[in-house]
Amino acid sequence: MRAVPVLKFVGLRLLSSAVVLLGVLIVVFAIVHLVPGDPVRLALGTRFTQEAYDALRAASGLDRPLPEQFASYVWSALGGDLGVSFRSGQPVTGILLDRLPATLSLAVAGIVIALVLSIPAGMWSALHEGRVSDVIVRISSQAGVSVPDFWLGMLLITLFSLTLGWLPSSGYVAFGTDPVGWLRQVALPGLTVGLVAGAIMTRYIRSAVLDVATMGFVRTANSKGLPRRIVTFRHIMRNALVPILTIAGIQLATILGGVIVVEVVFAWPGLGRLTYDAVAARDYPLIQGAVLLVAVMFLLVNVIVDVLYAVVDPRIRLA
Amino acid sequence: MSEQQPLAPTLPLGDDRPRLASWRLFLSNGLTVASLCVLVTVVASALLAPWIAPYGVNAVDVAQQLQPPSAAHWFGTDDLGRDLFTRVLFAARTSLLVAAISVAFALVVGGVLGIVAGYAGGILDTLVMRIVDVMFAFPVLLLALAIVAIFQPGLWTTIFAIGIVYTPIFARITRASTLTVRTTPFVQVSQTMGTPVASILARHVLPNITGPLIVQTSLSLAFAILSEAALSFLGLGIQPPSPSLGGLLFNAQGFLTLAWWMSIFPGVVIFVTALAFNLLGDGFRDVLDPRQRTIIEARRTR
Amino acid sequence: MSETVLAVSGLHVDIGRRSIVRDLAFEVARDQTLGIVGESGSGKTMSVLAATGLIDAPGSRVSGSSLLRPPGADPVQLVGADRRTLRRVHGDAVGFVFQDPSTSLNPLLTVGRQIGESLEIHRGLTRRQARARAIEMLDAVGLPDPARRVDAYPHQLSGGQRQRAMIAVALACDPALLVADEPTTALDVTTQAQIVELVNALQRRKGTAVVWISHDLGLIGQVADDVLVMRAGETVDRQPVVDVFAHPAHGYTRDLLAARPRLRADGGPPAAPDAPALLEVDGLDVVFSLSTPTGRVAVHAVDDVSFTVRRGTTLALVGESGSGKSTIANALTGLVRPRAGTAVLDGRDVLRARRRDRRQIAMVFQDPFASIDPRCSVEEAIDEPLRVHRLGGGGRAARRTRIGELLEAVELDPALRTRYPHELSGGQRQRVSIARALALEPELVILDEATASLDVSIQARVLALLRRLQGELGLTYLFIAHDLAIVQEMSHEVLVLQGGRTVEYEPAAELFRSPQDPYTQRLLSAVPPTEPGQWSRGRAAEYIAPRDAM
Repeated sequence: MRAVPVLKFVGLRLLSSAVVLLGVLIVVFAIVHLVPGDPVRLALGTRFTQEAYDALRAASGLDRPLPEQFASYVWSALGGDLGVSFRSGQPVTGILLDRLPATLSLAVAGIVIALVLSIPAGMWSALHEGRVSDVIVRISSQAGVSVPDFWLGMLLITLFSLTLGWLPSSGYVAFGTDPVGWLRQVALPGLTVGLVAGAIMTRYIRSAVLDVATMGFVRTANSKGLPRRIVTFRHIMRNALVPILTIAGIQLATILGGVIVVEVVFAWPGLGRLTYDAVAARDYPLIQGAVLLVAVMFLLVNVIVDVLYAVVDPRIRLA
Repeated sequence: MSEQQPLAPTLPLGDDRPRLASWRLFLSNGLTVASLCVLVTVVASALLAPWIAPYGVNAVDVAQQLQPPSAAHWFGTDDLGRDLFTRVLFAARTSLLVAAISVAFALVVGGVLGIVAGYAGGILDTLVMRIVDVMFAFPVLLLALAIVAIFQPGLWTTIFAIGIVYTPIFARITRASTLTVRTTPFVQVSQTMGTPVASILARHVLPNITGPLIVQTSLSLAFAILSEAALSFLGLGIQPPSPSLGGLLFNAQGFLTLAWWMSIFPGVVIFVTALAFNLLGDGFRDVLDPRQRTIIEARRTR
Repeated sequence: MSETVLAVSGLHVDIGRRSIVRDLAFEVARDQTLGIVGESGSGKTMSVLAATGLIDAPGSRVSGSSLLRPPGADPVQLVGADRRTLRRVHGDAVGFVFQDPSTSLNPLLTVGRQIGESLEIHRGLTRRQARARAIEMLDAVGLPDPARRVDAYPHQLSGGQRQRAMIAVALACDPALLVADEPTTALDVTTQAQIVELVNALQRRKGTAVVWISHDLGLIGQVADDVLVMRAGETVDRQPVVDVFAHPAHGYTRDLLAARPRLRADGGPPAAPDAPALLEVDGLDVVFSLSTPTGRVAVHAVDDVSFTVRRGTTLALVGESGSGKSTIANALTGLVRPRAGTAVLDGRDVLRARRRDRRQIAMVFQDPFASIDPRCSVEEAIDEPLRVHRLGGGGRAARRTRIGELLEAVELDPALRTRYPHELSGGQRQRVSIARALALEPELVILDEATASLDVSIQARVLALLRRLQGELGLTYLFIAHDLAIVQEMSHEVLVLQGGRTVEYEPAAELFRSPQDPYTQRLLSAVPPTEPGQWSRGRAAEYIAPRDAM
């Protein structure tokens, strides 16, 4: 495996991501500055005193000229300092990192459920295109995409918690502390996230596999009399792996941001709930921090997927 | 000594086959027709809400609280005795309004950006696409929340937030279609004969990119309904006393086993409407996407 | 001593309600090649796929008999055979080579692996044994350095090399029958000749029966022992190749033979040496930058090309893919910006003309399906140049009359003006494109492979139309093509390009009589000769370049 094309490819992707990251920083920075009215005053609300106002304003650096603020924001952000919360005065980074594991574990549970459902379903549906099983998969995935996730959560709670009493409807135990307990707690919220994400992914995977299945080399493989198993896996699925990786990456990133509502329904103490509370309280530094963190995670996932491409696809490896 | 007539219908393949009229193919799909009917019903009911609602939206009647569905109250009553059917009707009206305006915004803004980027190419294309990439880095709901955090929650903030959040997808799709059309020989012929750019865009590009746009509009309407419901559920979308489907569901959380109708009906309305828009979008795609269409047409001759 | 390998009789193929192939019968014997010829829609590919059990179109029904007799094994009835029988036969007793080598190979598997797969399945070889066999196969198909190439991926090979690898894949298990479906259509002319020689050589060595499907009667004449001509699903003619060419049984076959472009000793339009220069191109140079996943790559598409086109005559730009001929056309019409050079027409440099002045050069593109906006009617398509440049006498009514005149000039019924492109045949669409080009009243018409996508008989008629228009209207053509026989028919002067550079540039009569450059000579010898059977008699080796020139 020659190093140079891979390095060039990854290098280009990193550069591209860095440009997007800059854009992200600008947007995040702009959040607090686009507020009509005075954000500090809004945040203090009823607790307003002139002292508190001046102190908070200075601490947030809002009294300095804009370009200077931006530069200092970027500099601190790169060093891990995302300011202090308007509400609690605690450093934002600390608060975020505190809540990150809960969201991550929920996201991972969700994506695992989604993959376990969508890869077989999407594959089966594409390979039996037009038949009854395909129609069933297509309709159920359409249903999954159309259902509001918070409603699904409520329905699952009604069924499994309140009626059957099998699983808890709220609460959290860290995986490290008690794996079994965590599993019980994450079951319903994970299912909620996973079913919806799975439905979305099934549609994309079906489309990707269909695209590959109609390519010329599949006909060649069949013309060699290869058993169906080999044609399906070595030829079709291996080529569908690249688009599936992309889809999984995008979906993981989407879940990271989209779990907000699920976390509220299940009282899951993650980033989503944190952001929700922060928005309600107009705690701008916290909002900025949360948004930045999620966007960075998204970019990171994309870069990892791109690196995987370079390793998996010989057209890049040996360009 | 004129050219032969087009090949006779007994011959297979190639684009020389007589084409089935688009709308006929569209209507031949049962699911699509059903979705169309559902949507017409929902939209009509929502539009006519002020006239067909049996009770007032906020007519509190504590004596009637938490009544199950009956002839008097089709959807039952909530914890304050208000008729749920009426509230759902008005909430659906608001949802559809928000969805329609925000998607129209995204379509126009995103569409224009996409066409400009796709046709002009070069630095303009790179600039627009970088901006779109940045917006894609933020998950939909998170970006909407951030926008709501900047301005006060309310009807117009919700519309604006959802509109902004869905603009990038329209920009990307329009750009992709425009790029495809721009490199077709028939557009190149127009360029070589000196047709002005505006004329090419109006006569050749726009008519040929409507397919993916129509599909995406339908799908985005579905997602807009879901997004509005989520925002209202969080209390950051449509504000009370205006009823919203998400808000109704938020209310219902305290009465999950007590009053199942409070959590079922609003949810079903969201679900069915979003599903209908999605299926409609699929139906459009079957007819308008040339690749899909060939598959569908081939299946019909079986 | 020919034993029949495949015997087909009474074969019917229906797809849905449509009847694709009717009552087909043929036999192929060991060491023999059957050539199946037909234009588009003739059912030639479908019939062979059905006969070998490889058909996969939904709703297809096959009836009749197709008996495969692998030497030393029991005969197998392929029509109606179950999946297991077919999978046993495919790859083992029957090998397939398809048209497009760039999509027929799995991009994620090495070439060696793809050759070895059938050996592993049908012969029970291990991976290592299969790989060793694959190296032998790559050597047999003429791929240089097979021991290294066996681990190459398809994208690392050229088009011709990929097709050779495909042949290795098809012949890996030494099948009794090889089915080749338009195997050289997507390849350059010189590569085509090499592949033909390769298949002939392999057949001589192994005694494989070959079914070769093509639309090109000239090519079939060089590869086949027996010829079967198909039209609209019916068999029109079936004879040994020499007889088909000498005494065609059916009028359709006669038409095909007559329409076939051939090199002639006295071919070509009458010379016009004193015609004044219309377009003078000097030092044209175009460089592209392509973006690949690993960064931008510069491609020198046109390298210092100069030529003159005389009024009322045709200059042909000839070359294989990548020669830069289309790029030159694109530079002249403003679709591509050149790095250097001038092109003076009527005193003005066309390369730097403004959009409004682009009336003097008209383009006709290759693809009849994509050259007209599917949402424009014929009338609207031809109206556009009239409208933009205010031609045809101004005003709606005058333009309508003009459109009628133009349609008649290209031999189309003016009543077709309200039709949409999907309601017209390929030949009709190209005529509309020509009418649209004429509407500009241009000085120069560029025909970029304008007939390459048309059926042979249609092509002949469109070329006749173009010649007539040149005679009547004094049109000047820049004719871009890769088929030298057509070039001879149409051109007064020829410029041969290779890799963006001028290889030879002289009057057509001289070039065809005594080509100077070895590349031109190779191009000429790669045109299938008029008489059948020349190449298979081993004379191909005289004309075709040595292997390592690939």
